Amino acid sequence: MSGNTDKQSHAILDNLTLYYGPKRKFVAICAGTGCRAYGSLKVKDALEAELKKQNMADVDVLATGCLGFCEKGPMMIIHPDKYFYQSVKESDIPEIVEKTIGRGEAISRLLYRHPETKKTLFREEDLPFYKKQLRAVFGKNGMIDPSRIEDYFAIDGYQALAKVLAEMTPEQVISEVKKAGLRGRGGGGFPAAVKWEGVRKAAGEPKYVIANGDEGDPGAYMDRSLMEGNPHSVIEGMIIGAYAVGSNHGYIYVRNEYPLAVENLSKAIEAARANGLLGKNILGTDFSFDIQINKGAGAFVCGESSALFASIEGRAGEPRAKYVHAVDKGLYDKPTVLNNVETWANVPLIINKGADWFASIGTEGSKGTKIFSLVGKINNTGLVEVPMGTTLYEIIYDMGGGITGGRKFKAVQTGGPSGGCIPESLLDLPVDFDRLYEVGSMMGSGGMIVMDDTSCMVDVARYFLEFLKEESCGKCVPCREGVRRMSEILEDICAGRGREGDIELLETMSAAIADGSLCALGGSAPNPVLSTIRHFREEYEAHIRDHRCPAGVCKALISYNIDAEKCTGCGVCVKVCATKAITGELKKVHTIDNEKCTRCGACIQSCKFDAIYVK
Amino acid sequence: MTKPISIAAKTRQIVKKHGNAKGAVIAVLQDLQEAFNYLPKEALKTAAKAMDVPMSRIYEAATFYTAFSLEPRGKHVVKICKGTACHVRGAAILQDRFETTLGIKPGGTTKDGLFSLETVNCVGACALGPVVVINTEYHGQVTISKVDKIIKKINKEEGAQ
Repeated sequence: MSGNTDKQSHAILDNLTLYYGPKRKFVAICAGTGCRAYGSLKVKDALEAELKKQNMADVDVLATGCLGFCEKGPMMIIHPDKYFYQSVKESDIPEIVEKTIGRGEAISRLLYRHPETKKTLFREEDLPFYKKQLRAVFGKNGMIDPSRIEDYFAIDGYQALAKVLAEMTPEQVISEVKKAGLRGRGGGGFPAAVKWEGVRKAAGEPKYVIANGDEGDPGAYMDRSLMEGNPHSVIEGMIIGAYAVGSNHGYIYVRNEYPLAVENLSKAIEAARANGLLGKNILGTDFSFDIQINKGAGAFVCGESSALFASIEGRAGEPRAKYVHAVDKGLYDKPTVLNNVETWANVPLIINKGADWFASIGTEGSKGTKIFSLVGKINNTGLVEVPMGTTLYEIIYDMGGGITGGRKFKAVQTGGPSGGCIPESLLDLPVDFDRLYEVGSMMGSGGMIVMDDTSCMVDVARYFLEFLKEESCGKCVPCREGVRRMSEILEDICAGRGREGDIELLETMSAAIADGSLCALGGSAPNPVLSTIRHFREEYEAHIRDHRCPAGVCKALISYNIDAEKCTGCGVCVKVCATKAITGELKKVHTIDNEKCTRCGACIQSCKFDAIYVK
Repeated sequence: MTKPISIAAKTRQIVKKHGNAKGAVIAVLQDLQEAFNYLPKEALKTAAKAMDVPMSRIYEAATFYTAFSLEPRGKHVVKICKGTACHVRGAAILQDRFETTLGIKPGGTTKDGLFSLETVNCVGACALGPVVVINTEYHGQVTISKVDKIIKKINKEEGAQ
């Protein structure tokens, strides 16, 4: 390639060193969707105003993407000391500016306290939530304001692209990614380099490169946080991929529900164009590539490759038979590489740090790290990035801090509606693509929904089948009708109308649906049912035979009762009850009429004395 | 004040913005929905003509994707997240409360046109679960009493009973 590239990349580097010194004072405030809901933008405005007031306007304030520890938002990290402040309020700002930014003193009440040792912890890396993580991809969010490309330059952004264009042939890029062992982070875990190689060799022009940002698995939001927080890493990965396969056209397909991701990606694409990183003759070479954003419109099936292509083409998102491979005939029937957002974000890392480094992390079959969203009944909700092969126990207990309210762990659901529930006996399972598959679940995009003993496994299966019933595109009869029938059977079991033989019927139907569906939605639709039958069969039997919901969830099988010893007769429950099912005189024990009661839960939530219990 | 513009004229403007491209059906529908808060029949007909795409294709897309609505939606759109994380944290209880208080089911709009109720598969703010999004504002860790407060507040602001 031309010497131009070198010059450009050096110019970028020089710029950056000026921009970032090791002692630079700056504040990173999380402005991800979660922290915004906690009011982080107001905190940011207050901080900027206060800095001006105290004559410290030169301190840079970065509104970053998600920092991961969503439980403790809004959070901020104050550099260069890297103090980690949690649940920051506007009223804390004057003190933070004066003491911490001005004099380098930490404010004790804003620091994290270890829940067991009660020790105050100063820095992010000291917190148990972060300590065991390896945040190779996601950790950079804290150094970047996604609206400023300079921030990405400062952490060696686009250096991988410069290296690829100046020093590597497309074949070398593919072989490096192959050596790294990068597998797709979107669900299936297909080797990325195999797709790339297929498209490179495929006949047909133009070729397309697509990032799948249609993060549809409920309970997963790592792709959202990458698109929002570090959009350039996705873009850089795509440009490198495009160079490797010989494509000039790229698309990022983003879920309709992610407006901030669209906004930040759009800004990032503009900035990349302005800096000669997208468009014609990238970095002065003869390679040209540009990216367009397409918004989804609320259809889970569009995360499936062929449905996604149909959607970009402006049609209903119906998948087609898989014997035609996307690498040969994808978008507009042209050779197409489709990788998930997190997969693309890993690419610059592989080029910068080398395939050997990447392959040294993880297990034999699954290399690198994976970001998981740790949600549900867990103390430390948030996003964690760990080496493949980290055990479920480490993720849930060491990082996640265990179950909310000290309750008993029951299961962790992975892989979204295509995945399954994993019981306590398998908590030592090292998490990677293959091991999750072996226990009847799958990686999916990385959602981990933790459930305790108040979660009913039959209800969870019912929930997923209802989800899939709504989302089945309707093309394949076994999926359209079969999933609907399975959903009805589960509905019946939860309503106390279960019959002997239902479990076996569900199993038989599962096999037929998996066999008779074109795409992964139908093919894996039975998984939530099969995995819960496999690991929690006795719960199904309790519903069917004893008309009992052991977790106290299924409304038809439970009753609400008042504990006479705890009830003070305060009358709060009477006021919130929408069906007037609770009666009683003030200051006397109340009673619930279970005929009128709809088990809506309003009274339980409102009772301050824990006097209402489920039987 | 800008002059009010007809549905057809606004639609043609939007189609033009997308270069009259046939592949832009979904993007056009998204912009139409944003402009009118739903997809008026007239807009769909105009779009089909302007883009030279059969009405059946437009209608297929408009009914396939859940983000589109063929009926006018309420001034305030309540979206209840039904993601797994929200489900295990009691999203169904909140849905019950909205349904009984507003007297509508998901997909419905109150008679006064103030509220529409919708469910979303996952809004990707799982740490805040259960989540309810009102228009574009996210509400986290919602309880039944928060639901009551939200409805009351909007009703009060709108001067409704």
